[in-house]
Amino acid sequence: MSLFDKYDQVAARHDRLLAAGRDPFNMCMDRIVSATEAIVDGRETILVGTNNYLGLTFDPDCVEATVEAVREQGTGTTGSRIANGTYASHRALEQAIAAFLGRSAAMVFPTGYQANLGVIAGLAGPKDTILLDSDSHASIYDGCRLSGATLIRFRHNSPADLDKRLERLKDDKASKLIIVEGIYSMLGDQAPLDEFVDVKRRHGVELLVDEAHSLGVFGDNGRGIAEAYDVEDDVDYVVGTFSKSLGAVGGFGASSNPEFEQLRFTSRPYMFTASSSPSSIATAMATLKKIQSEPQLRRQLWDNAEALYNGLKDLGFAICAETSPIIAVKLPSEEAAVFMWNALIEAGVYVNLALPPGTPDGSCLLRCSLSAAHTPAQVQKVCEVFDAARRALKEWEAAQSAAE
Amino acid sequence: MQWTADKVQEEIVTLLQPFNPKGIEITPETDLSADLYMDSVAAMNLVMEIEDRFEIDIPISLLPDVNNLQDLVEAVLAQLSKG
Repeated sequence: MSLFDKYDQVAARHDRLLAAGRDPFNMCMDRIVSATEAIVDGRETILVGTNNYLGLTFDPDCVEATVEAVREQGTGTTGSRIANGTYASHRALEQAIAAFLGRSAAMVFPTGYQANLGVIAGLAGPKDTILLDSDSHASIYDGCRLSGATLIRFRHNSPADLDKRLERLKDDKASKLIIVEGIYSMLGDQAPLDEFVDVKRRHGVELLVDEAHSLGVFGDNGRGIAEAYDVEDDVDYVVGTFSKSLGAVGGFGASSNPEFEQLRFTSRPYMFTASSSPSSIATAMATLKKIQSEPQLRRQLWDNAEALYNGLKDLGFAICAETSPIIAVKLPSEEAAVFMWNALIEAGVYVNLALPPGTPDGSCLLRCSLSAAHTPAQVQKVCEVFDAARRALKEWEAAQSAAE
Repeated sequence: MQWTADKVQEEIVTLLQPFNPKGIEITPETDLSADLYMDSVAAMNLVMEIEDRFEIDIPISLLPDVNNLQDLVEAVLAQLSKG
C-alpha cells in the first residue's frame, strides 16, 4: 500500500495522454520571444494560451520599472508582511488598486490563487454560508473549503437557481456570501451580473466577484464586468489577479467595507505566506498605469478576439460561448482533442488543452486566449493551423476505423 | 409529501441512471467512485439533480462523507428532516 495508490486511475490516464504525444500540462517554452511568441522544441510558436490579454509582459516601460525596483529594493522580501514588514511599494500598489477600482482599501497577495484563498477564508467562517457558482475556479472552491463555511453550489450563471436557494435559506440566521466570476476561465462566458445583483439586493446578502479574467478586459475603463454592467456599488468584494492582463504574478482583494482590512490580521493565507517580490509589485504598478493610459489595448484585444472567433466559426468549429478574449473550441472526444492539440503544437500554435473534470459538462476543449499584442497575421495563421489540424484529425480517425 | 427511505432511494436510483452508462445493478452499497467511476465534479452535479428533485440544499462540505447510494439517501433524509 503506497500513498500514491489513490492516483492510479489518474496516472494511467496521464500515461495514455503521453502515449499520444507531448505532455500538454507540462510544456517547456525553451525561450520566450515576446508576449505572443516562444521557441518550443526549436520551433517558432504562436502563443494563444497564456492569458496575456493586454500583451504587456515585454512593454519597455513596464520592464524598465521592474528592473529599477529590483535594483532599489532587492530580489525578494524573504518573508511575510506580518514578520518582515510591508514595503512602501506594497502599500503604494494597494492604494493604486483601491483608487482604480473606487474602493477604500485593497490587499495584495503573492498569487491570484492565494488572493481567493485569503479573501474568502478571511471573510467567511464555520458559522457562515457561501453560495458559489458551480463552475467556479479551483481557487474559489479551495478558499471556500478553507473557510469551513457551509457551501452551497448554485447552477452556473443562474440567478434564478441562486434566488431559489436563498429563499430556502431565508430563516437561516447565518451570514451569507455569494461568489461569482466576471468571466469564466474555461469557456469565456460572462456572468449576468446585473441579475445576480438583483437577487443579492432582494435577499440582503453580500456579493464577491472574481474579476481574474475580466479586469483590464471589460468596462470602459478596464475595471471589469462590474463596471461593464454598471453595478460596481453592489459588488461588496472584488478579487483579481496580476497574472493575466497585468502581466505579472500576484493577486488582490478590494472592498469599501470599513472592516475589510481586518483580514490583514485574521486571514491565514495573507499572514503566513511570503509577501510579493518587489519586481512583481513594480510590474503590476506599471501595467495598472498602462490599463488606464492606453485604452486602445482593449480595443486591439477585442478586435483580435472577434477575428479569431469569426475565423474559427467560419471554419465550422464549435465555440462554447459568445465572443470574448477566451475562445474555447469544443471537440467531440478526449482522443480528438488530444490529437488536435498535438497537431497544433507541431505546427507552431500553442493553445490550452482542457479536459474533464476541469471543464464544465464533461467538455473536451482547445482553449485559446487572445492578446492585444497578437497581429492580424498571427490570428490568420492560427485559423489556418486549426483547419489543417482538423484535416489531419479526420485522416487519423479514418485510418483508425480502417484498422479496427 | 412525506418521503420514506425507500421512496428517496427509488428517486435517487432514477437520477443515477445518466451516470450509469454501463447499466450496472444499483444497490445501497454501490460506490459512486469505485463502481460508477464518478469524479468529484460528476458527484457534485448528481447532488444538484437530487437537490432539485427534493427541493433541498445539500452542502458540498458534506460530500467527503458520501461514498455510496446509502450515504446519499441518508444525506437527503437528514436535509428533509430539517425542512
